[in-house]
Amino acid sequence: MGILDKHGVIERNATLLMVLSLVVVSIGGLVEIVPLFYLQNTIEDVEGMRPYTPLELTGRDIYVREGCYVCHSQMIRPMRDEVERYGHYSLAAESQYDHPFQWGSKRTGPDLARVGGRYSDEWHVDHLSAPRSVVPESIMPQYAFLKRTALNIEYIEDRLIADAMVGVPYTEVMIASAKDDLLAQLDPYSDGIDSLYANYDERVVARNFDGQEELTEMDALIAYLQVLGTMVDFTTFEPVASR
Amino acid sequence: MAKKPVKKQEVETTGHEWDGIQEYNNPLPRWWLWTTYLTIIWGIGYIIAYPAIPLINGATPGLLGYSSRAEVAADIAEIEAQNAPLTARIIELELTEISSDELVGGEADGFAYNGGRAVFQTFCAQCHGAGANGSKGYPSLIDDDWLWGGSIEEIYTTISHGIRHETDLDTRISEMPAFGEFLSKEEIVGIVDYVGSLSSINGAVATEEHEMLFLDNCAACHADDGTGDRFAGAPNLTDAIWLYGSDSATLIDTVTYARAGVMPAWSGRLSESQIRQAAVYIHSLGGGE
Repeated sequence: MGILDKHGVIERNATLLMVLSLVVVSIGGLVEIVPLFYLQNTIEDVEGMRPYTPLELTGRDIYVREGCYVCHSQMIRPMRDEVERYGHYSLAAESQYDHPFQWGSKRTGPDLARVGGRYSDEWHVDHLSAPRSVVPESIMPQYAFLKRTALNIEYIEDRLIADAMVGVPYTEVMIASAKDDLLAQLDPYSDGIDSLYANYDERVVARNFDGQEELTEMDALIAYLQVLGTMVDFTTFEPVASR
Repeated sequence: MAKKPVKKQEVETTGHEWDGIQEYNNPLPRWWLWTTYLTIIWGIGYIIAYPAIPLINGATPGLLGYSSRAEVAADIAEIEAQNAPLTARIIELELTEISSDELVGGEADGFAYNGGRAVFQTFCAQCHGAGANGSKGYPSLIDDDWLWGGSIEEIYTTISHGIRHETDLDTRISEMPAFGEFLSKEEIVGIVDYVGSLSSINGAVATEEHEMLFLDNCAACHADDGTGDRFAGAPNLTDAIWLYGSDSATLIDTVTYARAGVMPAWSGRLSESQIRQAAVYIHSLGGGE
């Protein structure tokens, strides 16, 4: 059996065993990692995707902080029942600016990948403050404190820079005007609104999300929820069947 | 009864020896060995038939040409083809004719009614309640009190275009002023007392002065007698149905800060046939006009 009979050499030599194990493990690792270097090729090009606005990004951080992903996925699988309930199946491109992505693997609550525009802001305020006031059978915890907690926007520029470092296309201009853009999104009649539209998209939803004067975490979270799954226009999207 | 020990065949040792311990060179169980070979063969077959090996521009496609996207598209197309005669019928009929149509009408086994119920439970129940009875701020759909109209055409329009849904140009829109900005606290309480007297709630007694305040500020939308105006989505104030509550504190809030409920437009998310089915279902709930 030639070389196979020599395994005794490896088994008796701990250093050699370790070196060779490392070689085997790194082959496995490379097979998993290398395709990621070609992400530009594997994520299809879809129209409408843009980075999150500063307000949406802050809301997203609250979403992650509160552990919403523990019960809610953001991944509509390509199956008829899911498509009928939640809308078009999720595309890789739709989470390309997510760091980290919120796909999730378990649904205690419904999938949220396309919750944007599905409910009114008031509903979100009511539902987050007291879920059972609108959905009696819900087992979701209350997040009423979001309405009373002022939103911290001190580090918003740094937050954008951090995302820019991992590949989100935030420009210098976007970073410089992050704070203004964030405040402008809460008031569609403010002067800063043109800069917000120019930096991101004309379709950015700008309004007072929680109905209160103060800037709260509720504003940010609802701004994020209302944009989920709404960026890609599926009336013009033609899926490539082989993907 | 003790089992008789099976007489072991003589097996050679591997020749290894550690501290006097030797290792038999027993063959692997045959079923196990063949299962392993079969999984290897199956694996090779799978790699040939299905998408498998990741390359730079995507994975190898496989001989069967399978993709999960094509599969879901085929699934949806199949069901749509099955339902095509029914959905086509729903779209070609006048809204009022659907529920009495031979093909799609009827309640117990009616396609339109049951499809509408499925749409309602999936998309509408979160706000209007699983039984369509609503809650504070979200109208009940089972009574005969309608903000924007309860005929099937009006219901259809409301579902399609929503209420105060910014991005839909045909959405239903009206704006109650926040009277706290230009009326005094006393005047607002006066109006609330008058409104209470209209439907005999709160034991409120209205004076002529209060009535004048109502006529000056509220009657333009809610009508002189307080019965409301569906064109403006202004509710009837003379009945016992209150969207946000009828206690004085709530009514003072309502007049001071105003109310403007929002309902999303569903025309982008639901198909024409689905919206028509939902209209049929909601119209049948008890309050349809």
